[in-house]
Amino acid sequence: MADNRAIIACNIAQMFKNGDFVNLGVGIPTMASNYIPKDITVLLHGENGQVGQDRTISGTRPEMAAWEKKHAGEDGDWKIGHKDLCNAGNTNVTLIPGGCCFDSSISFAMARGGHLDATVLGGLQVDIEGNLANWIVPGKKMTGMGGAMDLVSGAKKVIVAMEHCSKDGTPKLLNKCTFPLTAMKCVSTVVTELCIIECKEGKFIVTGMAPGVTKEELQAKTEAPLTFADEIKEMIIPEE
Amino acid sequence: MIDKVTKIEDAMAHIKSGDTVMVGGFTVSGAPLTLLHYLEDMDVNNLTTISEDVGFAHQTFYENSANLLEKKKISKIIVSFVGGAKIVNDMISSGELQYELVPQGTLAERIRAGGSGLGGILTPTGVGTVAQEGKRVIEVDGKEYLLELPLHANVALVKAWKADHMGNAIFKYSAANFNPLMAMAADVVILECEELVETGEINPEDVKLPGVFVDYVVRPEEVIL
Repeated sequence: MADNRAIIACNIAQMFKNGDFVNLGVGIPTMASNYIPKDITVLLHGENGQVGQDRTISGTRPEMAAWEKKHAGEDGDWKIGHKDLCNAGNTNVTLIPGGCCFDSSISFAMARGGHLDATVLGGLQVDIEGNLANWIVPGKKMTGMGGAMDLVSGAKKVIVAMEHCSKDGTPKLLNKCTFPLTAMKCVSTVVTELCIIECKEGKFIVTGMAPGVTKEELQAKTEAPLTFADEIKEMIIPEE
Repeated sequence: MIDKVTKIEDAMAHIKSGDTVMVGGFTVSGAPLTLLHYLEDMDVNNLTTISEDVGFAHQTFYENSANLLEKKKISKIIVSFVGGAKIVNDMISSGELQYELVPQGTLAERIRAGGSGLGGILTPTGVGTVAQEGKRVIEVDGKEYLLELPLHANVALVKAWKADHMGNAIFKYSAANFNPLMAMAADVVILECEELVETGEINPEDVKLPGVFVDYVVRPEEVIL
């Protein structure tokens, strides 16, 4: 059985069409890139200033230090990687042919200006009005919102990737968010390991469910009332 | 002939205690690390920094970063992402470090406004969140926006890959980030480059940072990457 994160990532990847331009946040959203069907091209937006991420380059700290020395200045390029070519998680990456680089103002123009087909990001809480809280847990370490507030404020679709309940079983799909908001009324879709929910007109409309999950079980794990679509798709469970 | 190439000590002498300093980079990618290491040993403190994050100012995640927080050079950060680094959170809890959080895209536009003679920008980012606190909400065509004010600094420390003697510069891949924006928004702009070429060697159409924004070009003997 695939783990929850893989189920969420895989089902999100099926929502993309050829040519879509999307921003994938850290964590489960980034995993979605592993499940994009091979016959389509999805352009990934990195808010640090690049479009068209292909593969990531990883290694131990000493390995990466040695790699960076060999891929700096005139050495290295977008095809094999370069010290100065990173994604927003500061991981070195390569680009696909047609990728490009730009400054932070242009990068966020892409987000706020409605040019992104989708922003996919993690969530702490989503409520029935489509409000999203994902950047700070009160009383925990201060991290800052980074680009999250901008990335959800213009994308054609905002897809939240999160486990259905928190580790102690507390519901995360609520009548009203209690944590500080990332943005108001911004969420289009929520994908959990149990279901796919469309946020529409103040309702959580279930359009997909994982095999074996019952409506009663789903409602029991959700604070806000669920509405079930006439047709409910079965979610894909990826192979290990 | 215009020649802005300057020794690091002469350029950096423009930074005074209490100054507001913009620092280019996204984590350490595109950050002017040689200038920052030099700043570490200067007799200045009580600086306010404006930057995407403060990965350049402590060595928690990147060993090539400078130790500006540990050495108490900075008393306030204006920043979009802190990343949960212990030293930053500890200094904030103890009151040693003040902070102002700015959404990343808003930060870019506030800096661009500061360098472009604009009185501010209207953004939908942050409406209905803590980012709205204390700000004017302005409605345009039925949609709410926050009025975000320009940011300006005494000094900007920026980094490019290649520059000429007039300060025209080119960045490598994703290392431009905040650098070309910050170079417009400070009284004194110090550009660190990895490669210095003769004026005229960079094709004008390749320039990403026009030299007119740059005051000093520093090509350190050993560039910290």
